[in-house]
Amino acid sequence: MFRNQYDTDVTTWSPAGRLFQVEYAMEAVKQGAAAVGLRSTSHVVLATVNKAASDLSSHQRKVFKIDDHIGVAIAGLTADGRVLSRYLRNECINHAFVYESPLPVSRLVVRLADKAQVCTQRSWKRPFGVGLLVAGLDETGAHLYYNCPSGSYFEYQAFAIGSRSQAAKTFLERRFESFNTYSRDELIKDAIFAIKETLQGDKLTSSICTVAIVGQDEAFHMIDQKVIEEIINSMEIKEDAPADQAPLQEEDKGSEEAPMDI
Amino acid sequence: MALRRDWVYENNGGTCVAIAGSDYCVIAADTRLSVGYSIYTREFSKICNLADKCVLATSGFQGDMKALQKNLAARHLIYQHQHNKQMSCPAMAQLLSNTLYYKRFFPYYTFNILGGLDSDGKGCVFTYDAVGSYERVGYSAQGTGAGLIIPVLDNQLKSPSPLLLPAKDAVTPLSEAEAVDLVKDVFASATERDIYTGDKVEIVVINASGIRQELMELRKD
Repeated sequence: MFRNQYDTDVTTWSPAGRLFQVEYAMEAVKQGAAAVGLRSTSHVVLATVNKAASDLSSHQRKVFKIDDHIGVAIAGLTADGRVLSRYLRNECINHAFVYESPLPVSRLVVRLADKAQVCTQRSWKRPFGVGLLVAGLDETGAHLYYNCPSGSYFEYQAFAIGSRSQAAKTFLERRFESFNTYSRDELIKDAIFAIKETLQGDKLTSSICTVAIVGQDEAFHMIDQKVIEEIINSMEIKEDAPADQAPLQEEDKGSEEAPMDI
Repeated sequence: MALRRDWVYENNGGTCVAIAGSDYCVIAADTRLSVGYSIYTREFSKICNLADKCVLATSGFQGDMKALQKNLAARHLIYQHQHNKQMSCPAMAQLLSNTLYYKRFFPYYTFNILGGLDSDGKGCVFTYDAVGSYERVGYSAQGTGAGLIIPVLDNQLKSPSPLLLPAKDAVTPLSEAEAVDLVKDVFASATERDIYTGDKVEIVVINASGIRQELMELRKD
């Protein structure tokens, strides 16, 4: 993307019908560290790469619990993500206070999208620089949504955002058709695999990766680092079994590996 | 004198008691909900688990009790999101006081007792009036049967006055089982003479291993 005379204000259209400031905000999402989400019929898993600003600092928090049944992973400006997480938490608490029931995920993402849209139509505001993968469970089942700074949102079976996410997306595209039949552990494993794809050469260790899960009988929570270690170690043992084999091969791998008692 | 037609409160009766021990806290409330000389229900819980070490028992107007419980539970959820941990009992005690005083000029018609373990694992009981004045004590009773129960607790638990120096521990040296028995006895006694107290008493005990609950039958007349 190059600078042009229509990109100064968010309230200026280009002759081709584009809002460049909004598109630049989406660029901020693409620059952030990767985050992936996968969904089965009963569980949704989020995994992120935790980049640290330097070796001296701690890792950025990219996964936030919003309520017992909803969590988000962010990519882009983490400050914007933190502020939006606070908003989402408030919405869930207020809904539960009035209706004594959890806020359906689809309603939450619409409110978030509307909030993002406001910032694309006010000259004194700027769009949020963060993309959110919203994972949640409600009466209608398991859901994974992607909310972008433009104010639009989509539901996905699996998705990846952030830098080098295309590698993860390619991996997920090959396998997503069978996700609905996956068990909880298989879903976690594939999420970590997808994260591994985005690293492209860098070593995958449990310290740079955060995994969180929400399920029908499981409130949203981060998975313990030790458990992630075990999964990564078992993955390395099977380094020869390439990750790009067809989903049919998945069944063989499942029976060969030691049972994961998470 | 003109007839007042804006009385929005109702007293639903009931009694709450709490006793603090060295490493436990007992909180109890009866389960009768009444109005006037009638009973609405015999199985109504006046106790709310606000946090893993903090329990609220409320007597008075149950509409306000429900609203207050929901308010505190929502505030606790926000606290957990912000601080990544549960609220301690003394922190919840201050929050409850502020919440009650916030409505100083249209009060919650509630008489509360907050019980739990403080950050050192010792039992604590906080007792409130309707507008948030509170004090940490070794034991307390609130509600329609309180007048019958407090003298007995004073006699049995000998809580030293906070005015005495040096400051003495307000918690009772009784064991957990003895404290629960005492609570059962005082409720049985209050039930005899207070028409609003009876049916069942819900007894909640908090200690280091968690929260446990038991129900005891009371006279139903």
